[in-house]
Amino acid sequence: MSTSELTHDMQKTLLKGARWQWPEILFWLALASLYLLFPSKLSLLSEILILGLLALSIDLVLGFAGVVTLGQGAFFGLGAYTAALMGKWGMGTAPLSDPLIGLVCAALVSGLVGFATSFLVLRGSDLTRLMVTLGVALMIEELANKLKWLTGGSDGLQGVLIAPILGNWDFDIFGKVSFVYCYVVVFVMFVIARQFMKAPFGLSLQAIKGNALRARAIGLPVNERLVMVYTIAAMMAGVAGALLAQTTQFASLDMVAFHRSADGLLILIFGGAGYLYGGLIGAFVFRVMQDVLGNITPQYWQFWLGIVLLLLVLFVRGGLLGLLRNMRDRYAPNLMGPPSSSGSA
Amino acid sequence: MLTILFDGLAYGMLLFILAVGLCVTLGLMNFINLAHGAFAMAGGYVTALLMNRLGFSFYLCLPAAFVVCALIGVVLERTLYVRLYDKTHLDQVLFSIGLIFVAMASVDYFMGANPQNIVLPASLQGRIDLLGASVGIYRLFVIVTCGLLAVALQYGLIRTRFGSRLRAAVDDGRVARGLGIDVAQIFTITFAIGSGLAGLGGALGTGILSIDPSFPLKYMILFLVVISVGGTSTITGPFFASILLGVADVTGKYFIPSIGGFIIYTIMVVVLILRPQGLFVRGGSR
Repeated sequence: MSTSELTHDMQKTLLKGARWQWPEILFWLALASLYLLFPSKLSLLSEILILGLLALSIDLVLGFAGVVTLGQGAFFGLGAYTAALMGKWGMGTAPLSDPLIGLVCAALVSGLVGFATSFLVLRGSDLTRLMVTLGVALMIEELANKLKWLTGGSDGLQGVLIAPILGNWDFDIFGKVSFVYCYVVVFVMFVIARQFMKAPFGLSLQAIKGNALRARAIGLPVNERLVMVYTIAAMMAGVAGALLAQTTQFASLDMVAFHRSADGLLILIFGGAGYLYGGLIGAFVFRVMQDVLGNITPQYWQFWLGIVLLLLVLFVRGGLLGLLRNMRDRYAPNLMGPPSSSGSA
Repeated sequence: MLTILFDGLAYGMLLFILAVGLCVTLGLMNFINLAHGAFAMAGGYVTALLMNRLGFSFYLCLPAAFVVCALIGVVLERTLYVRLYDKTHLDQVLFSIGLIFVAMASVDYFMGANPQNIVLPASLQGRIDLLGASVGIYRLFVIVTCGLLAVALQYGLIRTRFGSRLRAAVDDGRVARGLGIDVAQIFTITFAIGSGLAGLGGALGTGILSIDPSFPLKYMILFLVVISVGGTSTITGPFFASILLGVADVTGKYFIPSIGGFIIYTIMVVVLILRPQGLFVRGGSR
């Protein structure tokens, strides 16, 4: 096979993988149909979308690039505070309080901090990365706690006013506009993430995850790629945080706290890392479980969450999507696409 | 000033006893057991229960906490942890976070969410003058006990046959196995001692730390800081790291309360950037 034929072949494989498949389209249609099916649960659904976006941002770093992080919650919180502060200073009028401008600024702030701290995760083992991301997140949390004049400290940031979207749609108390707004934003962010990950960029990340030394040997700029994906993921987490702050018109320490990072990671593991959809599916299962079990008593919820985690690690590698994929490989290997060689993180 | 240093020292010593088991097992099996704090919590609860419900003396509770936690450690190691040694770090982290959640929820369910209080025996209350500083007798007791334990551990690690096997297993598990050392057995024993020490630390610390269901999560971060600063290949590393962090934390919170919480995180991040293998590891900077 000549070189040009080989390139052509590679291009075809890549393009085929990048094409939207019917289960994906069905998934997004089903998600949209929830708006009509559960009109009383819209705020819960918006939150699921937001958590899904947070988990998606972790998926980029962990599922694709293989960098273990416990600090994504910090970027989530930064985005939330940025959007909330802009809403507060703008007093509910454009341009400062405009939700879209808020989203962009939140992404920029989170992305900037993500870029600055990304150099810290370039070296060391899994444990070092875990500790550094955790340490940075804890420092940001402490900062939000101490800068009372800016963030309101432990009381939270009150008086956040958000202008109508595009000057037309105001947020209503039933959460209808919020849901549509979250859906559209999350979808757009998903498409961006998908575009990145199906492109050679995403493939190079998987190569780095597989073996960083070899990836460097075939000429991949490993450090630049990691910095880039970490920054992109930070921006996405920032957008997710901004969405939460805008739809609830509130920001508090809870949004920047450690448990955000942990929840995001758990959600992703629930759904399955490395599939892009794991975050959204995991968020759905996670929040519905939390709603049902947490209504009995909050402790039960934590107990069962722990049990599910133990079982997942011991018996179900790769989360729900990993489970699906294993079943497909076993019972219908030729249904679609090549069988997976590796899927779990 | 000396009093604050002293408090910091007591806190640091306590941290060392709590974290040392984690450091050794991490170095030995390359296994991240975030649920280590749950053992310390168990020790604290054993003490509180024995003293408040059954009227045991505080001094008796300390060995009791050690034994109970060591036993829990052996059972968990043999049944659950042993399955995780060949899994990835991420799996280990998730698994132990799951264990933490279960432990926290169970304790909350059976014991309630309030912190457990104990009344220290009269012989440990009050203060005495030492080197011109007024020092709580209880803190002194903590320092002396932990200091003795640290010396005993170091002696056991350096001088005894078990210690040299353990060091061999930490240095290179495969070669140690090839030389006929039963690494799995050593690990079980080490794990038991580590869990027991955590339980003892929890029991000792009931008067300083607050023992409540959120304990494992709250102190998990501190243990990890101790490990990442101290390294995992010796026990002197974590020892000095614990004291450094204890003193830095207490003095920091006393003198500059507005930035108190930052100090230990800053120390950790700076250390990790400069020396990813830990501060007190030879050849650690790279």
